[in-house]
Amino acid sequence: MSIRLEDVSYTYMRGTPFEKTALQHVSLSIEEGSFVAIAGHTGSGKSTLVQHLAGLIAPTGGRVLVDDVDLSDTSRAGKAAAKEARRKVGMVFQYPEHQLFEETVEADIAFGPRNLGCSEKEIAERVHAAMELVGLDYDTYHAQPPFQMSGGQKRRAAIAGVLAMKPKYLILDEPTAGLDPAGREKMLKEIRALHKKHGFTIVLVSHSMEDIARFAERMLVLRKGTCVLDDAPSNVFRQTELLEQSGLRPPQVTRFLQMLRRKGLEVPVDAITFEEGLKAILKAVQQ
Amino acid sequence: MLQDITLGQFFPGTSFLHRMDPRVKIGLLFLLIVLVFLCNTAPTYGLLGAFTLFLMLRSHVPMRMMLKSLRPLVWIILFTFLIHLCSHPGELIAQLGPFEITKEGLQQGIFISLRLVFLILLSSLLTFTTSPLKLTDAMERILSPGKKIGLPAHELAMMMTIALRFVPTLIEETDKIMKAQAARGSDFASGNILQRLKGFVPVLVPLFLSAFRRADELAMAMEARCYHGGEGRTQMKSLKAGRLDYMACSSMAVLTGLLLYLRFSMQ
Ligand SMILES: Nc1ncnc2c1ncn2[C@@H]1O[C@H](COP(=O)(O)OP(=O)(O)OP(=O)(O)O)[C@@H](O)[C@H]1O
Ligand SMILES: [Mg+2]
Repeated sequence: MSIRLEDVSYTYMRGTPFEKTALQHVSLSIEEGSFVAIAGHTGSGKSTLVQHLAGLIAPTGGRVLVDDVDLSDTSRAGKAAAKEARRKVGMVFQYPEHQLFEETVEADIAFGPRNLGCSEKEIAERVHAAMELVGLDYDTYHAQPPFQMSGGQKRRAAIAGVLAMKPKYLILDEPTAGLDPAGREKMLKEIRALHKKHGFTIVLVSHSMEDIARFAERMLVLRKGTCVLDDAPSNVFRQTELLEQSGLRPPQVTRFLQMLRRKGLEVPVDAITFEEGLKAILKAVQQ
Repeated sequence: MLQDITLGQFFPGTSFLHRMDPRVKIGLLFLLIVLVFLCNTAPTYGLLGAFTLFLMLRSHVPMRMMLKSLRPLVWIILFTFLIHLCSHPGELIAQLGPFEITKEGLQQGIFISLRLVFLILLSSLLTFTTSPLKLTDAMERILSPGKKIGLPAHELAMMMTIALRFVPTLIEETDKIMKAQAARGSDFASGNILQRLKGFVPVLVPLFLSAFRRADELAMAMEARCYHGGEGRTQMKSLKAGRLDYMACSSMAVLTGLLLYLRFSMQ
């Protein structure tokens, strides 16, 4: 089971003078149960790509398959299946808190399940569960108007709204943008818990190589609408040149190790997280 | 979902229509509209039709895009045509139940529909070949004599500019919110009118909130840069009529003369 892109291309505003090709012949697959990060310079097509994964835009070329169902199937039989398949993918946009609209947090989170036609009992259950998943205490927050909450809390409420749809695949487009360091850390840990403890497949768009190094099992690097690198983070960060061409740099730790090595300390440079880096340096110093 | 909307519909280019002074263009457009209403015979309509076609061809805007601007009004044009078709007494050419279709009716129907088509095409030529910024700039200049009697010309133009500036932003925002709510099972395309309207609440509330937020931020940013209205402001690119504009004016004078001659001498 996986989400598969087959030779997907996408052009915004096709047929006008403002045409803009955002994706070119991208083929990849996101396996169920994995934690995949997507990185790339601003404008490289990350958001466009993830919207394809969620079936929110239809490719202008190629096709998208969720669990082997073609999302752009327009035949009568295919349409219902496509709708069903789209449900399996939850999408958290950049700044999701801007999409809250109900008077209370509870009502907002209930919006999705209600659209699915769940019973009131099931809706209540889903709201409870979703709030717990994002670390919002039900009793404290359920009756609050979302507009009076802090930025981080609003974002949690918005993510809970997506989780209440019970998706199998969860896509997050820069979920930590605009949060303070402690808030970021907490958010990322919660996302990891969603993956590890609750079995969600996670696709995370991020600008932070440090975060990707710490959390992702696999990363994709986009450049000008094509996928130039697709491997485990530790392998990707070894391709310094390709990364640089794509407007990215390895995590700080890796660059620090590279610098130490240039200055003459015999230290391996394949560490990508802080802990690994520390170990490598200690070992090198002891020798 | 909404990405096909091109509002402001400016089509960048370098044709003489693009290069003309927007004030002159607006002035001449008004004159042309008056001329459209003066047309009353086949030769006059022919002349104006030829002129409109000439402008359309020389504007370098794809025909397809210009014809698209007719689409929203197709029904009104058709309706007008039918009304005229059946409501003029004269030489009978067909009878459809209670409706009498006459030769005069047919002619009048065609003329009035053509009039609408010309009006739409000519005014969209203006918006196709003039960037919104230039358009509001010209508006300010045209309205500025009104400042003496208390007309806030600069403020009006600034409001227009800001409104136009935010149209694409808001479209983008709407698109994003619609996608986000669609991802939560919102359905905008089915159900009766009431259900559909209700379906838009989850889009409209966040949209208004974000519009207010943006307005607030913009006002703050403008004040922080000491914006205080039109008094004493100069422009980076001030408008200046040139040779091209004089040529355009002369051609229009010739066209007006010709049309008046056709109209009044042929009767
Ligand atoms: N609605 C749109 N209409 C036209 N062009 C668009 C639209 N959305 C994105 N683009 C263009 O498509 C390209 C890819 O955009 P996309 O939003 O996917 O980039 P991104 O990698 O997510 O960037 P960022 O890191 O800034 O979020 C950009 O060049 C952008 O200008
Ligand atoms: Mg993006």
